[in-house]
Amino acid sequence: MKRIALLGMPNTGKSTFFNRLTGAGARVGNWPGITVDLLSAKVLLAGNMVEIVDLPGIYNLHGFSDDEQVVRHFLESQAVNGLVVILNATQLDRQLALLLQLKSLKLPITLVLNMQDEAQQMGIKINLSRLSETLGVEVSMISAKYGQGFGKARTAIESLIHQQPTAIHADAAAFQQDDNIELELDRIVGDAITTPITLPPDLSRRLDKVLLHPWLGLPLFFLTVFILFQLVYGIGTPLQDGMGWLLDQFKIHVLEPALVNAPYALKSFITEGLFDGIGTVLTFLPIIVIFFMFMAIIEDSGYLSRAAYLMDAVMARLGLDGRSFVMQLMGLGCNVPALMGTRVMRSRALRLLTMLVIPFSLCSARLQVFLFFTTAIFAPRAAAAVMFSLYFMSFLMAFLTALVWRGKYRSHEPLLLELPPYRFPTIKQLLAQGWQQSGHFIRGASGYIIAGVIIVWGLTHYPFNVPPASATTLAGQLASWMEPIFEPLGIDRLLSVALLFGFIAKEIVIGALAVIYGAGQANLAGILAHQLDWVQAYSFMLFTLIYTPCLSTIAVLKQESKSWWFTILAVAWPLGLAWLVSFIFYQSARALGW
Amino acid sequence: MKMHTTLDHLQPNQTGTIATIDAGAELTRRMCALGLRLGRMVEVIRIAPMRGPLQIRVGHTELMIRRVDAAKINVTLNQP
Repeated sequence: MKRIALLGMPNTGKSTFFNRLTGAGARVGNWPGITVDLLSAKVLLAGNMVEIVDLPGIYNLHGFSDDEQVVRHFLESQAVNGLVVILNATQLDRQLALLLQLKSLKLPITLVLNMQDEAQQMGIKINLSRLSETLGVEVSMISAKYGQGFGKARTAIESLIHQQPTAIHADAAAFQQDDNIELELDRIVGDAITTPITLPPDLSRRLDKVLLHPWLGLPLFFLTVFILFQLVYGIGTPLQDGMGWLLDQFKIHVLEPALVNAPYALKSFITEGLFDGIGTVLTFLPIIVIFFMFMAIIEDSGYLSRAAYLMDAVMARLGLDGRSFVMQLMGLGCNVPALMGTRVMRSRALRLLTMLVIPFSLCSARLQVFLFFTTAIFAPRAAAAVMFSLYFMSFLMAFLTALVWRGKYRSHEPLLLELPPYRFPTIKQLLAQGWQQSGHFIRGASGYIIAGVIIVWGLTHYPFNVPPASATTLAGQLASWMEPIFEPLGIDRLLSVALLFGFIAKEIVIGALAVIYGAGQANLAGILAHQLDWVQAYSFMLFTLIYTPCLSTIAVLKQESKSWWFTILAVAWPLGLAWLVSFIFYQSARALGW
Repeated sequence: MKMHTTLDHLQPNQTGTIATIDAGAELTRRMCALGLRLGRMVEVIRIAPMRGPLQIRVGHTELMIRRVDAAKINVTLNQP
């Protein structure tokens, strides 16, 4: 197998180039010792199957950022037939430094200058043959977004393989020595590139004047996130409901009739364990596709980096940055895509801290539970205040968590972010994002989700000769065993079984309560109002808000962090916090005589 | 007359030429890769409120930089 690695600085359109070169067949590969996802794909080039690996964007071969270490580790351990280096044609005055460093690896290199269209607009002239001659590598100029010049770049990659038919390792000495390439860089840039001295005030600068305005910037930022939220969930939630409806239809009209003669345990396992597990995975797909299509817009447009600029004064104190805040707000719809969206943050520590915070965002599934409970138990006038207090708690817990853990997950990377010109991605780029991320979710998380649903099914249905979720099932026994833990929170046995269901997904809590209380969903509100006083109900809601949002969230936490320890922490910490907050609330309320 | 100061003291629309950088090796390296090198001209475009970061331009690259990091860059102020 021949192998080519794609390298470049961040914001050079490297991924767009990768997608254009490889089509839709990219997969996350497994590389020993590497904890970030590296996309790779097999492509037929000049009659050879070639594996193309998309390495993370780096600024410096010798740097110590997480991505720079990943790239170094990859080049040290893997043999390649050549490197394709992608640089932004409008910023060669600094980006060529990376190429000069990479040359010391003594691997065959071809240089691809991207963003031909922008360079032309800015009046930058690059003498390609001259540049190729002084650098000693082949140079091609393309627009990865629109496809110009792409054929030539492809030919250049093919000639790399002809030139180096067997994969070789990089010269290890190059990783040790630091370099002094600034003089050489200036000489080459002065020799082959002419740049107009002053740039005309372009669209980006005019947009920044409004969007980054000292007073208008923040209100506009909140408005943008609000609109984004409405669009993502306005489109995504009906699609999600539609998917749920389709699955139900399949279950009722195909699956259940097919199993009509099957023994009860098998029938229950297939319809309520396996099928519901698969269904849980599938209902997330529409929202993930829509979410990442819109995230591609705000990320590729450059607005996400601007959000970091706008929010930094506040977020820096919490050890987070503005992009964490955007994801936290998006988590108010659904935590799963928001967790996956943290991938835009390249510092692992910052990313993990953000992933610890996002599950506290009161997502729409928890909202359903709270709306049901507040209307059942509280007077209409109090209901609004109750809902507000829950949102307030959601943010309070998030900030508290950030403050407690910011020391452990301290980002060592300086926050020097590029604010690239505003760009609008093409439809093709949006579809590629939606496709890649949903595939990633299915491969990475579906196994855990299905397994988890089956485990909870087993707990609530075994032994099979008693009613599901009743006191004699495993879940019921677990609940009585856990009673000393939940009793000081005012959460009785029946409610704690509902919490076990809520572990799968909050959407099913109300349905589960109906089963547990042996009531129809219509009568449930009355029964709850009769059985619980407001202090117990609020304590239950607090616990529901703070503990693990759902199984899918845990699966994604594991998928994204690639660490069991982190996943355990991300489950245990909110559980402990939920218990503590509910305990303090319930005991003080009772002490006050309520 | 040449005025020496640090980058975080520049006002929006002021430019300076980088004289020295007093950051550690790692940060200096990152700055360099983003174009912040000795002798380069930097322009402060705007400053975020509440002592937030600076938006600066060096060459064709626009960056955000926190005040603490900007304070590590010594510049000579360019007269308009």
